[in-house]
Amino acid sequence: MAQYLLSVHGSVDDPAPDMAEMQPVFEAVERFNDKLRAEGAWVFAGGLHPIEAATTVDAQGDRAVVTDGPYVESKEFLGGFWIIEAADLDAALDWAAQGSRACAGAVEVRPFQED
Amino acid sequence: MPAPGDLSEPITRIFRDEYAAVVASLARRFGDLDLAEEAAGEAIVTAMERWPVDGVPPNPGGWLTTTGHRKGIDRIRRESTRDSRHRQAAMTHDDSPPPDTGVVEDDRLRLVFTCCHPALAPSARVALTLRLITGLTVPEIAAAFLVPETTMAQRITRAKAKIKAAKVPYRVPRAEDLPGRTAAVLAVVYLVFNEGYLATAGEESVRDDLCEEAIRLARLLRVLLPRDPEVVGLLALMLLVHARRPARVGADGALVPLDEQDRTLWRRDLVEEGHDLVRACLALNRPGPYQLQAAINAVHTDAATAGETDWSQVAALYGQLAAIDPSPVVALNRAVAVAELHGPEIALDLVDRLDLAAYHPWQATRADLLRRLGRHAEARAAYDAAIALIDNEAERAFLSGRRAGLL
Repeated sequence: MAQYLLSVHGSVDDPAPDMAEMQPVFEAVERFNDKLRAEGAWVFAGGLHPIEAATTVDAQGDRAVVTDGPYVESKEFLGGFWIIEAADLDAALDWAAQGSRACAGAVEVRPFQED
Repeated sequence: MPAPGDLSEPITRIFRDEYAAVVASLARRFGDLDLAEEAAGEAIVTAMERWPVDGVPPNPGGWLTTTGHRKGIDRIRRESTRDSRHRQAAMTHDDSPPPDTGVVEDDRLRLVFTCCHPALAPSARVALTLRLITGLTVPEIAAAFLVPETTMAQRITRAKAKIKAAKVPYRVPRAEDLPGRTAAVLAVVYLVFNEGYLATAGEESVRDDLCEEAIRLARLLRVLLPRDPEVVGLLALMLLVHARRPARVGADGALVPLDEQDRTLWRRDLVEEGHDLVRACLALNRPGPYQLQAAINAVHTDAATAGETDWSQVAALYGQLAAIDPSPVVALNRAVAVAELHGPEIALDLVDRLDLAAYHPWQATRADLLRRLGRHAEARAAYDAAIALIDNEAERAFLSGRRAGLL
C-alpha cells in the first residue's frame, strides 16, 4: 500500500461561495469521506480557510520572520486535501475521480515518499 | 539492449524479437523496470559470449529470461538490504490470477499498458514503449525523434522514476477501463508510424524503420488483444499505407501523390494482408476510427488505376468517420473525396468552411482545388501559405513543383 495526497485547488478569481449552493457539495464530500473510511482508504482530510488566512514563517536566518500571506503569490492555492491509502496509482486515480465528482473540482494526485 | 557488435544477423534478430518478452517477464518478477532492463542486458551480454561458441539454445527467449533472472538476483544480493527492500516495494505486482475478462494475460501486454499509462506525458509514453517493447536503444530513439541523446535519456529516466514513485501498476487494466486505455496504446503506435510516414523534421522524409516498428508493435498487440477490432483496424491501416511506400517518393526525392503513383510498385503482400484484415473487421461489425481509415485505404489499394477509385465509397466512409470523429481534419479528407465525386467547386465550398488555416494540408488541399478551378493567383497564394507551414523536405518539394506548374 502507498499513501497519496489528493489535493483540490481554488482560485482567487472564484466567486465567494454561496452556502446554500455549496450544501449539496458538502454532502457529496461527506458521502465520499464515509466511503473512504468504509473501504479503509482514509488517512486524513480537511478543507482549508481561504488564502487570506495564510501566514508564512521563515526561520532559515537568525530569527523567524513572520509575514502575512502565502509562500508563493499565485492565483491558485490549495483549498483542501485528502490523504489516502491505495494499492497503486490506478486505485488512487479511481478515488481521485470520485473525489473530483464529489467536490466539483479537479484533483491532483501525488505519491508520498515511503519510509 | 547492448549494441549487437559483429554478431551474425540471426542472433541479433533473436535479441530483438525476444527483448520485450524478456524485459517484461523480468519486470513482473522483480517489480522494477530498471532492474529488469539491467538484468536483460546482462543476459544478452552472456548470450553474445556463449551462443557463437555453444550454439543458439532451442528456446532462446526462455534461456535469456532464466539467465536474466539469475543476473537480477545476483544484482539484488550485491546491493544493500535497504536498497533491495526499496526495489521490492518499487512497483506493484499483480500476481493474482487474471479475472475472467477474456483478456489475454501476457507480460509484454502488461508492460505496454505501463508504458502508455495516461499519467505519463505522451512523449514519454512513445519513448518508453520504443525502449522497452521494441528494444530500440536510447541513441536510436533520440535519432528517430531528432532530439539530443541526453534529452531522450532524461525523458525515459523521468518516466521510469514516476512509474516507480507513483506506483503505476504493472498490469492489464480492468475490462471496463480497457477500451479507453487501449486507445492510448494504439495512439502511441500510430504516432510512431506517422513519425515514420512523414518525418516532421530532418533530411530523411520517410523513416521506414519507425513505420516497421509500429507495424511490429501492432502485430504484437493483435496477438495479445485478438478480439479488439480497433487493434486489427490499426494494423490494417498501417499495412495498407506502408504498402504504397515504394511508390511514394520519386527519383527526385519529392513526394508522389496517390493519383500519380506507379501502382505496380505497391507491395502486393501488404495490400493483400491489409485487405484480409479489413474484411475481418467488417465481419466483427464494431466499426471504429482506425477500422474506417483502414477501409478507406483499402478502397484506394483496391483500384488498379487512380481513375478506377470508388470515390462514392471513400466519401461514404469519411461520412461514417465524421459521425464518430467530428473533427475538421476528417471533414477536410471527406471534401477531397467529394471533389472527385462532384467536382472541385463543391469541395472548395466545404473546405472554406473549415477553420484550419494553420494546418498545411488544408492550405495544400485548397491550393489544389483552386488550381483545378483555374484560379491560379489564389492557388499560388495558398501554395505559399502551405509551403510556409511545412517542415518536411519531400512534401515541400512536391508543393513547390505544383506551384511552379501554375500559369
